[in-house]
Amino acid sequence: MPFNPHTEDELRAMLDVIGVNDIEALFDEIPATLRSEGLSQVPPGEDEMGVTRLMHERSRADQRHLCFAGAGAYEHHIPAAVWEIATRGEFYSAYTPYQAEASQGTLQLLYEYQTMMAGLTGMDVSNASLYDGASALAEAVLMAVRANRKSKSKRILMPRTVHPTYRKVAHTIVCNQGIELHEFDYDRAEGFLDPKSLPEDPGDYAAIVIPQPNFFGVLEEVDALTNWAHAHGMLVIGVVNPVAAAVLTPPGEWGERGADIACGDGQPLGAPLSSGGPYFGFMCCRQDYVRQMPGRIIGRTVDTEGKPGFALTLQAREQHIRRSKATSNICTNQGLLVTAATIHMALLGPAGLQRVAGVSHANTNVLLERLDRVPGITRRFKRTVFHEAVIQLPMPVANVLRALSVQGIVGGVSLDAEYPELENCLLVCATETKSVADIDEFIEHLERICKRLQAVDCPVTPKM
Amino acid sequence: MLIFEHAKQGRVNYAQSPRADGDLTDIPDRFLRKSVPTLPEVSELQAVRHYTRLSQKNFSIDTQFYPLGSCTMKYNPRACNTLSMLPGFLQRHPASPENLSQGFMACMFELQEMLKDVTGMQGVSLAPMAGAQGEFAGVAMIRAYHEARSDNARNEILVPDAAHGTNPATATMCGYKVREIPTDAEGDVDLQALRDAVGPHTAGIMLTNPSTLGVFERRIKEIARIVHEAGGLLYYDGANLNAILGKVKPGDMGFDVIHMNLHKTFSTPHGGGGPGAGPVGVSERLMPYLPVPMVAQSDGDEFYWLTEKERPQTMGPLSAFAGNAGVLLRAYVYARLLGKEGMQRVAEYATLNANYLMTRLTEAGFDLAFPTRRATHEFIVTLKRQEQEVNATAMDFAKRLLDFGYHAPTTYFPLLVPECLLIEPTETEAKEELDGFVEAMARIDAEARENVELLKSAPHTLPVRRLDDVKAARELDLKWTPDRT
Repeated sequence: MPFNPHTEDELRAMLDVIGVNDIEALFDEIPATLRSEGLSQVPPGEDEMGVTRLMHERSRADQRHLCFAGAGAYEHHIPAAVWEIATRGEFYSAYTPYQAEASQGTLQLLYEYQTMMAGLTGMDVSNASLYDGASALAEAVLMAVRANRKSKSKRILMPRTVHPTYRKVAHTIVCNQGIELHEFDYDRAEGFLDPKSLPEDPGDYAAIVIPQPNFFGVLEEVDALTNWAHAHGMLVIGVVNPVAAAVLTPPGEWGERGADIACGDGQPLGAPLSSGGPYFGFMCCRQDYVRQMPGRIIGRTVDTEGKPGFALTLQAREQHIRRSKATSNICTNQGLLVTAATIHMALLGPAGLQRVAGVSHANTNVLLERLDRVPGITRRFKRTVFHEAVIQLPMPVANVLRALSVQGIVGGVSLDAEYPELENCLLVCATETKSVADIDEFIEHLERICKRLQAVDCPVTPKM
Repeated sequence: MLIFEHAKQGRVNYAQSPRADGDLTDIPDRFLRKSVPTLPEVSELQAVRHYTRLSQKNFSIDTQFYPLGSCTMKYNPRACNTLSMLPGFLQRHPASPENLSQGFMACMFELQEMLKDVTGMQGVSLAPMAGAQGEFAGVAMIRAYHEARSDNARNEILVPDAAHGTNPATATMCGYKVREIPTDAEGDVDLQALRDAVGPHTAGIMLTNPSTLGVFERRIKEIARIVHEAGGLLYYDGANLNAILGKVKPGDMGFDVIHMNLHKTFSTPHGGGGPGAGPVGVSERLMPYLPVPMVAQSDGDEFYWLTEKERPQTMGPLSAFAGNAGVLLRAYVYARLLGKEGMQRVAEYATLNANYLMTRLTEAGFDLAFPTRRATHEFIVTLKRQEQEVNATAMDFAKRLLDFGYHAPTTYFPLLVPECLLIEPTETEAKEELDGFVEAMARIDAEARENVELLKSAPHTLPVRRLDDVKAARELDLKWTPDRT
């Protein structure tokens, strides 16, 4: 039932004031032929107890599993205080801070968030969030085409080591504006973009996208790539993992001049896995390009008494002012996730976040060492990884993942659909949330399943 | 005070630092960061206290009447949050196999089905992450439809001059030119202007109904006929769906595609500016283009994902995974709590509250932008007279309302009504709250005549006085730096 508070007497009194006999009369401007016959696919309303029972059943059906999947969504510990505070009604049930004086809490928090993200990425400025990492990359592409004054090109260099869905989303969002994403291949043996393979005369591109770490978990030679791109008049868009950025060279310090735009998904900073969302996209850039940035931006200013305060600024970029000439159509962003991320970063501090990064990296190395001992399983790329890596199984990944799922283990993400050349390959990840016992359990099941499936599959068709 | 100003170098929050030893020694030095990131070093209590205090500087639905027009700031039932944050939902990785995801997928499938019914559409995708992304999806599908028919001359999207700014911005992102259609004196679309505007170049029209002017577009069937006959499609901006939930279905009005703002009509939290969710619904002819992923149900009652593989003509994905899943769960819980009769009551009581408030404000001497019209779930007061007589603007009224403990209505939108307040009380407010708001407005009106300075210098009781927006834009200060406080 709805949450309206009206008593029968109040309803009567209000209708009298309006001067109508019943509520139906209030819909008299709607042509009668348009009135609906009612809803057939919506069940009757339930009380909270009934819906609670249902949702507990549904949640239990998807009960906690041991998860070694990453691929853009990473399981990290989230301090209890993060969501306790983020879901306070004053944050949770407020809206975009249009009335600055009545929204100083949200506005100051966003200013602190911008400071933290600029610091983490080593960039000059940050916006107040976009939807997610994939759509942030799309916006970064649009922004780079606008911002690169030296190049008239609407072409972007998009390596295949960028998350495949990010590439698809970017294509979906930019293709109608005549922007082309030119994919280029990686070094098949080592799973990275070899700077030695870059052409001397690449042609005119507005920007290159450089992931760090890349989709395979491998570290890219970001300095050499950045310098090469700048030498050829391209802007550099860094797509980074914010936890990795705490220990890896931040995009603002790549190469001689640093990246021009940094973006990515903020999920590892306090957002639960939650079936893929809501997360938030972050975007930072050099000061020169701030007027080309999409999304909300918060500035510090003063009130009429000279007291410091915070307000939405540079709104002339946005759709509610510029309409068809805005930098983006984005309006609502991911405010509550940014609230959580800001509290998350404050609770961890620089040392805590670096430690999370260090332990995630060490755990992944432990996982890879143990996997190395399993007969038939090999590591696909030997280069240094951050907290995930590609392994090759002796059989199709789908069968193995299915068998693991029966044991309640999410064993990773299969790569062969997006990378046909990576047959039988699996992307695995271990963050700081995995204990050695967890890793052993995973390996034990994996080893047993591989052995069993190999026995069943015999005789195998020889590979061509 | 900023969080950074509470910090001391070397302060560590040990509870949030993993006990295991990290080890980065195998990473070559050229990849490693040399500087410490600018994050505050504070204790857990300092952080908790700081952010709790910040929260107290906000107006919110949970603490104030928040009649922000076109935003549907109604009560966000707590159960929706609590039940969406059960462990099985929070811990589910988006790449989890379907056999470990049936609980979540059942909710998504049922939500799709309910939204189809509510909108009168043939298919629904939950993929878009906010209203503006839903708009993008909708217009991109219109484009895909024309392109599939090689109808390539259609390069223009029509948008009423009262439209939300996201409509023209979306049309541009989809590669279209925007043509504005004027509004007539009663707030309806100017039909003659529409007839003159349509032609072989018309890809479609984007409409909100009830419109952003707070009135129902009465000749919608005629509009649909004109646009369809010209070969264009009709896009429904669902920002105002709360006004007609369960009463009228956009599909019956002739719309081909619609987005819904679940953070409005389905009461998911606005979160200080999101996350939202903007599912799209389509008529038969746009079905193939819906964004992926979607959820389907097999004969054996198992739920499975529809991706590019099953839907090769899809416009593509819009997010890295499956949209704002947690928001969709909240909307699902809300829909189950309301049920079909509850949904109709939403529209009824939202409309009742708006018409009651409109009548009371008129009696208190305020002018309406469209005095001959019925309010829908919202309506517009114009303060043009106050501005001319005593120089009291919509901005002044808005700021002074804050002193009375009311969040201001939407101001200066739609752009075509001078000095306007767009007021949307929603169905969850009690009569006494609305009466209190009328009293405050009447008092401010009296103040404006006695001492307009009181309004001009408002707010007086909030953490800050009126802020200098010009300075904010001219002398950009977008982050704190350690050498300066």
